[in-house]
Amino acid sequence: MRAGGPGGPGGQRRPGGGPGMMMGFAMNATVKPKNFRASLGRLLRTLRPERRLIALVLVLGVVSVVFAVIGPKLLGNATNILFDGVLGKQIPAGVTKDQAVAGLRARGQDQIADMLASTHVVPGQGVDFNALGAAVMLLIGLYLLSALFAWAQSYLMAGVTQRTVYRLRRDADEKLGRLPLSYFDGQSRGDILSRVTNDIDNIAQTLQQSLTQLMISVLTVVGVLIMMFTISPILAGVSLLAVPLSLGATVMIAKRSQKQFAAQWKHTGLLNGHIEEMHTGHSIVKVFGRQQDAIDTFDSHNGRLYQASFSAQFISGLIQPAMQFIANLNYVAIAVIGGIRVATGTMSLGDVLAFIQYSRQFTMPLIQTASISNVMQSAIASAERVFELLDEPEERPDTATPQRLGQAAGRVVFEDVSFRYKPETPLIENMNLSVEPGQTIAIVGPTGAGKTTLVNLLMRFYEIDAGRITVDGIDIRDLTRDELRRTFGMVLQDAWLFNGTIHDNIAYGADHATDEQILEAARAAQVDHFVRTLPDGYQTMLDDEATNVSQGERQLLTIARAFLADPPILILDEATSSVDTRTEMLIQRAMTTLMRGRTSFVIAHRLSTIHDADVILVMDHGRIVEQGTHDELLARRGFYADLYESQFAEPMLEAV
Amino acid sequence: MVDLLKRYLAPYRRELALVIGLLFVQSIANLYLPELNANIINNGVVRGDLDYIWRAGAVMLLVTVVFAGASVVGAYWGARVAMGFGRDLRSAVFRKVQTFSQVEVNHFGTPSLITRNTNDVQQVQQFIVMALAMMISAPILAIGGTIMALRQDVPLSAMLLVIIPLMGLVIGLIITRAIPQFQAMQLKIDRINLVVREVLSGVRVVRAFVRTRQEERRFDDANRDLTATALRVNRLFSLMMPALTVIMNLSTVAALWFGAIRVDGGAMPIGNFTAFLQYIIQILFGVMMGTVMFVMVPRAAVSAGRVQEVLQAEPSVSDPAVPQAPPRGQEVVEFRDVEFRYPGAEEPVLRGISFEARPGETTAIVGSTGSGKSTLVNLLTRFYDVTGGAVLIDGVDVRELRRDDLWSRIGVVAQRALLFTGTVASNLRFGRGSASDEDLWRALAIAQGEFVRDMPGGLDAEISQGGTNVSGGQRQRLAIARALVKRPEVYIFDDSFSALDVKTDAKLRAALRREVASATVLVVAQRVATIMQADRIVVLDAGRIVGIGTHPELMITCATYREIVESQLAGTEVAA
Repeated sequence: MRAGGPGGPGGQRRPGGGPGMMMGFAMNATVKPKNFRASLGRLLRTLRPERRLIALVLVLGVVSVVFAVIGPKLLGNATNILFDGVLGKQIPAGVTKDQAVAGLRARGQDQIADMLASTHVVPGQGVDFNALGAAVMLLIGLYLLSALFAWAQSYLMAGVTQRTVYRLRRDADEKLGRLPLSYFDGQSRGDILSRVTNDIDNIAQTLQQSLTQLMISVLTVVGVLIMMFTISPILAGVSLLAVPLSLGATVMIAKRSQKQFAAQWKHTGLLNGHIEEMHTGHSIVKVFGRQQDAIDTFDSHNGRLYQASFSAQFISGLIQPAMQFIANLNYVAIAVIGGIRVATGTMSLGDVLAFIQYSRQFTMPLIQTASISNVMQSAIASAERVFELLDEPEERPDTATPQRLGQAAGRVVFEDVSFRYKPETPLIENMNLSVEPGQTIAIVGPTGAGKTTLVNLLMRFYEIDAGRITVDGIDIRDLTRDELRRTFGMVLQDAWLFNGTIHDNIAYGADHATDEQILEAARAAQVDHFVRTLPDGYQTMLDDEATNVSQGERQLLTIARAFLADPPILILDEATSSVDTRTEMLIQRAMTTLMRGRTSFVIAHRLSTIHDADVILVMDHGRIVEQGTHDELLARRGFYADLYESQFAEPMLEAV
Repeated sequence: MVDLLKRYLAPYRRELALVIGLLFVQSIANLYLPELNANIINNGVVRGDLDYIWRAGAVMLLVTVVFAGASVVGAYWGARVAMGFGRDLRSAVFRKVQTFSQVEVNHFGTPSLITRNTNDVQQVQQFIVMALAMMISAPILAIGGTIMALRQDVPLSAMLLVIIPLMGLVIGLIITRAIPQFQAMQLKIDRINLVVREVLSGVRVVRAFVRTRQEERRFDDANRDLTATALRVNRLFSLMMPALTVIMNLSTVAALWFGAIRVDGGAMPIGNFTAFLQYIIQILFGVMMGTVMFVMVPRAAVSAGRVQEVLQAEPSVSDPAVPQAPPRGQEVVEFRDVEFRYPGAEEPVLRGISFEARPGETTAIVGSTGSGKSTLVNLLTRFYDVTGGAVLIDGVDVRELRRDDLWSRIGVVAQRALLFTGTVASNLRFGRGSASDEDLWRALAIAQGEFVRDMPGGLDAEISQGGTNVSGGQRQRLAIARALVKRPEVYIFDDSFSALDVKTDAKLRAALRREVASATVLVVAQRVATIMQADRIVVLDAGRIVGIGTHPELMITCATYREIVESQLAGTEVAA
């Protein structure tokens, strides 16, 4: 009695206690793997390091199923002992069984006579409790052993799946470390995140629940079938009829419900998207007088979702009664045929009872296998997404014979550098630039002019297509990426801080910094005072919301980080107007200090920075359109002059 | 939760009664089958009465048909009730949120409102689905099974006194241990998500600082931690099925042994014994379902509570009972000694704010972050209501106007330019559905939105949710164009030029000045260049007005203003 009971729901074991069985069908209806077989094979191959344990699990599973399958047969035997006793009491003692049978025949009760003849009745004697006791003890032992093996099996399986998933997660994360920046820029962040987390979780769940269940189900079906045939081939034949019937019904219903579930998830997506948009744009919706439209659209999505989810729910709800109906049909057939056969003495009562139990055991795993195959579909789709990530082409490995840079002076030279993100769109062509140690290069241009491209090339986030970039005369491709990047300090406006204390965030990149050094960096970055106003000072935790730390203050912290790292070359991003004026002043002061004595590339917004720069690079539409000093560029009366005037001069000239 | 269910299931009272009735029929049928089977054995098989077997078999089939029929009809109405409930509840929450002012939106937080409107409703709905499937049939099975078992043989039923508590105990023990583990596991999954999210968003920094290895270690720690907990949970759960199976099986064996004693003593016919076995299994099954339900209730209750909170919140801003007719005048906006404080806050955000903004003029509001600039304009649109003083349009307090009347005359460009799924055109027509294509192009020309011509499809170019497929600057320009298309009498630009480079900003403002010559314009800005030409500049500091005047005036009279200007412009320009 593995799953027990009439119409027992399948997925009771789902850890996470999610809304188990009904959703099993539902959740996964929309995602379909592209190449089911290949991906399943690959997923199974990830289990290879555990193959010895899996073999053991299989053996345990077989043993446990064998025990469970023999159970009803032994129970049937025990019932026979009981039945014999009951019959035996009805025949007076002293009469032999043969005499009793003959007597019955004489009275024309041939049927009962046949039945009696087939039993092991001892006339006059009641139930043989010795024999029954032995049978009961055997049963108890059998069931206990079966449970023990089942437990051992799923205990070991937990280890197998969790370790496998651990490895999968680790591989995915390490892969992230080897992917080129272009992958991250080209892919939505949410999508990558979801591959590493949600998809792997999904695989974990399925492996945990379904693999064991699938194994047990298949084994049980085979075992039960064998037992049924040994008891009564005729009844087994009748029961087998139920198989195509149940499968046919399941497939028919599932096909229809799949379609409805797909519609349900589509409409859920649409509706949730609408809710998200309207709640997010709450005030805009109001002030533009669109509330009624918002409600109308909501109602129409909501209505369609209702229709779809109702159909999905109803149709999938038919599976249960259909299965029950078929199972009961089967039950009646067995009872009737079995009854006739017992009455005619061709079968014992215990065998009929055993058979009824077997037929119950038989349909359950069939239904389970059907529903597991659904869950598997979704897991395989997830696995495919993870494998896709794992198969992405990686960054070109570092050169095998790297040169050493040591403490760089900071001479940076671009020689005939060409670069394009997309092969068909030229971006940077034959760029030449020579920066002496300690010089400042201002990069200016309108919003979205692609000022970060230069950062990407300098840091080797992207590889140039032609020419070369050298630092102190060494081609940056002849350095390891790590060595190159240690030479650069980077302070971006979109300040990146991780979940952790302010102290740890400043120390990012300098593991062995002392507290004193960190304090010094904070002071240099003008952020010490601010940190001290926080209740926990340097131990303040920064989290996602980080409501206590403004955008500008975050940038100050990253400046402190750069101070601590003390790199010979800097890449800076000046603060724009989203930072309030006082903080902006602090940032400016900190940056000026930081730039002293270092080669600096500054994405500049401030006139004074641009004025003082040794070279100005003017960018537009991703390209460097002009290059020179402030005076040179103004004299050229080109793009820069135009930009300069509109940006800084105009408001003064025509002050209203 | 009970309130919520009562209220939103009320319309489905009749259907619900029908479903419960049908479930009852199903359970009875289910319980009756073993009895019939017992009869077949007692009266048919044992007595060799084939006729009886046939007759009882026919009855059994009939019962089966009734059962299946009840199940199908029950599934139909059950689905109607559960999904209808979900639909109604979702709709109620959505409509409720529409009545909220910014105070309530802030109180819950937008993400939370979204979750409550979607996930939480879904959870409660799922609960009803499960409840209809299990909660009702579990007790019927358990109680019905007990009654039937008692009918078969009373002394033998005494077994149940041992088995049921034992089963409840086993399930209870495992589940109570598992729940805290599950919670811990969820936290650890969150932790993994966090680490990956950070690595993804900071990929440039991680690589620039050569921290890939350390980040991998951080991930590995989280991964190990999660794996350990997941292992514990799953190992705990690996006990569940074997334990339940063994209890069921041993019950069967016990029934066999004690039953044999009763049968041998002639106290019980043998057919009853087989039926008894089946009833025991049904009872245990009922107990199992019941326990699972118990685990589900707290989760659903949490969701229901969160939904209920939204439904019970009272919007703090509402239309007046007797609204004034909207003034048809010059659209003079006046702040009269306005004070505003957030509910429960000690200090007001704004106080003593008095100034006028006149048609044909631009009134700018400047000040450092947190000085209350955005709050100030939100009082005009009644996203918040003042807590002291009044905001008036042409002498009428905005609180005495219907909000739709008020909003129809105001065009807002918010700090965060938000676009909606659709096309460029559908976004631009947001405030005036009847606007012609020429109107749209004209607005785009003013808002420096010519880039639309280069988008595939032009005005029909797709805009994805939130407008994420256009850049921040483009989004702002489209948001400005959207407000222009509406042609309101009052414009509010709430830091709407921040994502533009200064060149575009200047061009846009020049075009804007010509377009909205007769309108009342309020501009909130951080960048001084944006507001220097304004007719009137209101300087805020810590919620108070510290200066009002034109740029040249303020340069002389207002120290705060001078500080702001000097910090943004190099000395030469200021003097120019």
